[in-house]
Amino acid sequence: MADQIYFEDLNEGDSIPELKKNPSTQQLVQWAAGSGDFYQIHYDTAFAQNTGLQGIIVHGALKHAFLGDLLHRMAGPEGRVKRVTCSYRGMDVPAEEYTLRGTVTRKYQEGAKNIMEVEIWGENEKGQKTTPGTGTVTLPSRA
Amino acid sequence: MADDAEFESVITDEMQAQVGKEHEGGLSEVTTTSVRMFARSVGYDDPVYYDQEVAKERGYRDLPAPPGYLGTPVFDPRNSDPTFGGRRGSGPRIQSPYTLVLNGGTDVEYFDEPIVAGDTLSSSSQLESLNERYSAALGGPMLIQVSKTTYTNQAGAVVAVMRGTGISYGPKRES
Repeated sequence: MADQIYFEDLNEGDSIPELKKNPSTQQLVQWAAGSGDFYQIHYDTAFAQNTGLQGIIVHGALKHAFLGDLLHRMAGPEGRVKRVTCSYRGMDVPAEEYTLRGTVTRKYQEGAKNIMEVEIWGENEKGQKTTPGTGTVTLPSRA
Repeated sequence: MADDAEFESVITDEMQAQVGKEHEGGLSEVTTTSVRMFARSVGYDDPVYYDQEVAKERGYRDLPAPPGYLGTPVFDPRNSDPTFGGRRGSGPRIQSPYTLVLNGGTDVEYFDEPIVAGDTLSSSSQLESLNERYSAALGGPMLIQVSKTTYTNQAGAVVAVMRGTGISYGPKRES
């Protein structure tokens, strides 16, 4: 884990550290086992092509979990991920670099909680944002 | 060809009547093995998902579930779906006339009580909305279903609310 980021360290408009993934077909199979979702379009090329796809695609829910990983790294050991929302606007294929990024859109306190809202997305090698969304993270304060 | 954006609605009164009806779902389990497997499959590298000592130092009862993990549906071949693992017929039952499906989006909100290994979560689902639209990308109409599932742990605490958007499209099934 990187060093802890505190509420005071980030402001609206700031970027959070990016995270790169390169999901292999092995990782898709691991995800199938980890999630219990064995839909064949994620590991069986012939099956995927029969549904009209060009080939195997990355699970939407895995991309959602990648965004969770991005936000968990931002939250650090003392923060918590409270919400992860995304839309699947484009398909992604295995063995291509997939980059997760985010920008702080709102920073506020609610009771004892220090809350950051973050615009998040996953983008493919062409720079297309295939998985746009939003996240909410609580962070510790230096105060 | 006629205007592509014009299509006949496939939403029936019967389907519409399902909106807002609560359905008991199945159970899902969170175990140390399942947390490690899930975390590994995503590529989480925080030891809190792998090392119980680290988890306890950080105030968790046991390995916490990483974001995205809401337990693994308890599998039983007598009543589980062989592909998706969940209980057959659980949750809102809408029979879309379209035969192809896509995942449109996921929204998960977590609460103060963390999900940790050792938890058994029960779920309750409802179809929150039903819409249809022409998709240029899919080359035809699509049916969009948003389902809302509330997860409660064995102590009765709501630990997560998930909204899933399901899209169906393509050839219609033979009735």
